[in-house]
Amino acid sequence: MTTPVEQERTQVDPAGAELGAEDTPWQTVVWNDPVNLMSYVTYVFQKLFGYGRDHAVKLMLDVHHKGKAIVSSGSKDKVEGDVAKLHAAGLWATMQRSG
Amino acid sequence: MKGWRRRGDWLVGVFDRQEAALVRGLVRQVREMLEVRAEEAPQDELAELTGIRTGSSTAPDDPILSRLLPDFHRLDDDAPSVEDQNSAAALRSLHEPELLELKTGVAGVLLETCPPDGGEVRLNEEQAAAWLSALNDVRLALGTALDVTEDMPDELPPDDPREPHLNVYHWLTWVQESLIQAVAG
Repeated sequence: MTTPVEQERTQVDPAGAELGAEDTPWQTVVWNDPVNLMSYVTYVFQKLFGYGRDHAVKLMLDVHHKGKAIVSSGSKDKVEGDVAKLHAAGLWATMQRSG
Repeated sequence: MKGWRRRGDWLVGVFDRQEAALVRGLVRQVREMLEVRAEEAPQDELAELTGIRTGSSTAPDDPILSRLLPDFHRLDDDAPSVEDQNSAAALRSLHEPELLELKTGVAGVLLETCPPDGGEVRLNEEQAAAWLSALNDVRLALGTALDVTEDMPDELPPDDPREPHLNVYHWLTWVQESLIQAVAG
C-alpha cells in the first residue's frame, strides 16, 4: 500500500531546511540509570552541549520517563566525541545510526 | 557538612573530620580501581612508536568498572551485531585511556582540595566541576555495589547488611545535589 508514503512525500516542504539522515547519520543516545541525579543530568546537558535550561530539562525528563533520549546528532566523529564527553561526566551514553 | 554555598566566585563547604575521611577514602578507592585498569591496558609496539595510546578493547568484568567505563554501543540485547561488537571494541580501545585519565584527574582534584582532617573547602568553578564528576563516580561505584534501583527505599531494615553503606550513598547524593544547586544557582 503506497498511499500513506505518497501522502508523506507531498507534505514535505521541498524548500525546507530539515536535516535528513544524510546530514546527521549518527545519533547520541543517553539511557536512564538509577544513580544519576536529574539535576546533574540537566547540568551536564547544559554544560556539554550549551543547551538552554528548558531544552536540557526536557531531554533529561525524556531520559527519566521514556528510558532514553537522543541528545545530539551529526557525523560519526561528532557523535563519537559527544559520547566520550558524556562518559567522562558519568552518563550512560551510546551511539547509533540514524533512521 | 551543612551544604555548599556560593561566596562570590567560590563554592564553599565545610566537612568535619569524619566526613572528609569518608569522602577521601572512597575517592581514593575508585581512583585505585581506575589506575589498575589503566595498567592492564595491553602494551602495543605500534603505540610506543606512534605515541598513540590504545586501551583495552574488552569491557571490564567488574560491574563497577563496567559502569564507569561504558560501551559505545549497547551490546546487552540478545544478539548484538558483529558490526556493533567490533565497533564497540575499537572505540573502547581508542577512547578508554583518555576516559581513565579524566576520571583519575578529577579524583586527584578532589583529594587536593579536601583537607585530610576536615575543615573548609573552597573551590573555583573548575574545581567544583571536578568535584561533581568525582562525587558522581563514587556514587556510581557505590550504587552499583549496592545494586540501587529507581525505587530504592530511603532506609533498609536495620539487619540488612547494606544499610550502613546505603546511608553513605544517600549522604553523598545530598552532598552532590547541594553542590549542583550552589553551582547552578
